[in-house]
Amino acid sequence: MVDARGQSCPIPVVMTRRVLEKETPARLEVLVDAQVAVENVTRCARSLGYQVTAEPQGADFKLTLTK
Amino acid sequence: MRENTFVRRYGLIILAGVVVGAAALILTAAGNPKNMGFCIACFERDIAGALGLHGAGKVQYLRPEIPGIVLGAMLSAFVFREFKARAGSCPASRFVVGLFVMIGALVFLGCPLRMVIRLGGGDLTAVAGLLGFLAGILAGIVFLKKGFSLGRAYPVKMGEGFALPAVMLGLLALLLLAPGLLKFSEEGPGSMRAFWLISLAAGLAVGFIAQRSRLCMAGGLRDAFLIQDFTLLAGFLAIWATVTVGNLIMGNYSLSMTSQPIAHSQHLWSFLGMALAGWGSILLGGCPLRQLILAGEGNGDAAVTVLGMVTGAAIAHNFGLAGNADSAVDGVYKVGGVGSAGMIAVVIGFAVLLAVSLLHLPGKEEA
Repeated sequence: MVDARGQSCPIPVVMTRRVLEKETPARLEVLVDAQVAVENVTRCARSLGYQVTAEPQGADFKLTLTK
Repeated sequence: MRENTFVRRYGLIILAGVVVGAAALILTAAGNPKNMGFCIACFERDIAGALGLHGAGKVQYLRPEIPGIVLGAMLSAFVFREFKARAGSCPASRFVVGLFVMIGALVFLGCPLRMVIRLGGGDLTAVAGLLGFLAGILAGIVFLKKGFSLGRAYPVKMGEGFALPAVMLGLLALLLLAPGLLKFSEEGPGSMRAFWLISLAAGLAVGFIAQRSRLCMAGGLRDAFLIQDFTLLAGFLAIWATVTVGNLIMGNYSLSMTSQPIAHSQHLWSFLGMALAGWGSILLGGCPLRQLILAGEGNGDAAVTVLGMVTGAAIAHNFGLAGNADSAVDGVYKVGGVGSAGMIAVVIGFAVLLAVSLLHLPGKEEA
């Protein structure tokens, strides 16, 4: 689980990418709190071959990345 | 199918670049200074002057573009349900970094947006600024890769999110209802201005579409190098292309190193000024334009950054740090540039950014 809520651009992407590249997990959950972070993390994960689903969770968003 | 993907990915950001470029051309045609249809740093400096925060008589005017951008972004954020009051990510550090981003930009004579607009006018002295901006961004990326973060922002009461938009409404009210309280340049760049309604409308349009598209001058180069994502860079290039084509059509394109409007040819200091602005923008998570947009979305940290930038503009002119434009006096071409105080301020700025960068790296247990 990556908790990137409240982080400035592009830190949610940097945090997610670091985990994806280091550990290459089959599944990773990422929490963000801004639509722009949803878009950026989604683009980054897709470019690394992951499928992404996003769902609202209160005022935040939970992204589920699967390979 | 491929075409659809391209349009979906780049359509909005290219449209935003075209709108911003067109707005800059229209504002210049309507009276704003040449190659300065839009400039976040210059306009915040003019606002600081209008409020009497500095006494540089040539750069004082309450530019309605700035309130327009913040309010346009707020409107877009409300329409698309993205307005969220957030704050608490190292506001004091952001204030200081914003202050030095402004000093760097004023040493160069323009924010990253004006840098692109200057390039679009054929101003080759801006090339040194572009290279410096890129160098500053690469320096910032080094720290991002090491885990740099100013920490997370937290949800706060709505009132915090309205702080900067309310200040902007107040500034507009001063301009329209109590102009006698403000200072207005009678000569120099501050005296060149489009009719306020045109400026406000252009600001609103740019704020709205920049919020939707996430347009960011620093983000374009940053993402291209950091994550090989070229989306935001497309917006950067679209502004450049639009302004270039527009200037060519209107006969305002002048490809030259000399006699450029409100620019100097001290290339080393153009480079270093924009390197400072670029590095600072990466630490802040976006360029000066983007800070206005984020503040309009309810981000209190970005609001503090904007206030830091306005303070930086006041300091820059009170202490003679800003660059002086090259000029022709009685037929003699006089090279402007940066005085020793400005040079010292840039060096101090690099030391401050280095300190902020190092102090916000993750501890051993977090790495």
